[in-house]
Amino acid sequence: MIDFGYGLTPSATLKIENVQNPLFEELHRREPDVAKCIACGSCTASCSAGVFTEMSLRRVILSLQRGREKETLPMLRHCMLCGKCLLVCPRGINTRHLILSIGKVYGPDGLKEEADR
Amino acid sequence: MSQNVVVIGGGPAGIEASRRLRDLGYTPILVEKQPVLGGHLARWDRLFPDGVEARTVLGPMLQDLDGIKYFTDTEISSINRLKDTWVVMLSNGLSAQVRAILLTTGFDLFKAEKKEEYGYGIYERVITNADLEDWFKAGAAPQFDHVHTIGFVHCVGSRDEKAGNRQCSKVCCVTAVKQACEFKEKYPDVTVYCFYMDLRMFGRKFEDLYLKAQKDYGIRFVRGRVSEVSEDLDGHLFVKAEDTLFGKPMKIKMDLLVLMAGMAPAAGTSDLARMTNISVGDDGFFVPSSIVDAPCSSSREGIFFAGTATGPKTIPETLSEAAAAAMAIDRYLKTPAKR
Repeated sequence: MIDFGYGLTPSATLKIENVQNPLFEELHRREPDVAKCIACGSCTASCSAGVFTEMSLRRVILSLQRGREKETLPMLRHCMLCGKCLLVCPRGINTRHLILSIGKVYGPDGLKEEADR
Repeated sequence: MSQNVVVIGGGPAGIEASRRLRDLGYTPILVEKQPVLGGHLARWDRLFPDGVEARTVLGPMLQDLDGIKYFTDTEISSINRLKDTWVVMLSNGLSAQVRAILLTTGFDLFKAEKKEEYGYGIYERVITNADLEDWFKAGAAPQFDHVHTIGFVHCVGSRDEKAGNRQCSKVCCVTAVKQACEFKEKYPDVTVYCFYMDLRMFGRKFEDLYLKAQKDYGIRFVRGRVSEVSEDLDGHLFVKAEDTLFGKPMKIKMDLLVLMAGMAPAAGTSDLARMTNISVGDDGFFVPSSIVDAPCSSSREGIFFAGTATGPKTIPETLSEAAAAAMAIDRYLKTPAKR
């Protein structure tokens, strides 16, 4: 290969039409409320873990919807299941139960980066 | 002798519909449970989008009540169907037998203390949109003298299933922006934040007001719902929210927090629904025959609606609906009764 002095940068766009997401559909079946999130951020603002870590339930839900589940484990591993998010959610989502279901549907390995497995 | 029509609720919808019915040759009997007519409008200082004074709208209406029999401090004791008429008993002992009843019972302001995490009724510096209008109306407000940072919390008791109010109250977005601009006009050095989930600037000139708030008044808009408020020993507030566009939780010290309390169904709605055997929706508001092309008619003959009794509306929408209801009643009363 001739070195022309430049490389190719992979596209950073979100390829949402390519998202094959049976796992998210399974999560949606178990937790229909996951689709009710209006991304208000109340959960993240009240999160005991979110002040010091990357944990943000709003972003976890969005990442799963966009087929980027690999990005969620670094966040979810900090959750202490304290349930404060459950108290503030205006949509009445049982967030604590949702987090447990995410674990069940995706499994511990489903959320890990390849290198962590 | 002209025919009576009972109008229940003496806010803008009830007053306007009564005037229209009178102009059409009827005698409206307007019943209001509060000591004065005018509803929430009587309490408000200025109206969006241009900031006209509420009294310039309400004043002329209240000057034009000739030919309308109105009773304040009066409630409905019972309503019963008798052949093709309705018999309405009032708490003052009077009764009326009419073919048509107009329900203009309006809304109740959402009780902000229900959202305990915001501390209304607990922290002195947490107030509601209605309290702020009271202060604007009173003119001088010593409470504002040492204020540096204030915040407006949108959607308090709106779009909130936990508070039992799932609906969007629709007018609070633009009210918050209006009040934020007014505050900034009175106190230019104050930093003003608006915490919103979506900004629903649906009406004519509403978007212009929002642009003005950003460009001319420098209001800081944060996309995130306030999750909780706490207070320090000096009475300052600490407001927590997520800046969802930036993706980080935030905590700001504030001197005043204004909760944009939304519209909840009026307390008497379910009682009136029971008396007349008409239905309320799962949001607690009355359900018209068709939300698209028959907003003033109910499922029962001779019962009509206008205004926020059927869901959140602006003042101009309410006034147009009052006129439409008067027309619908006129048409109904001109068709011979079915026996």
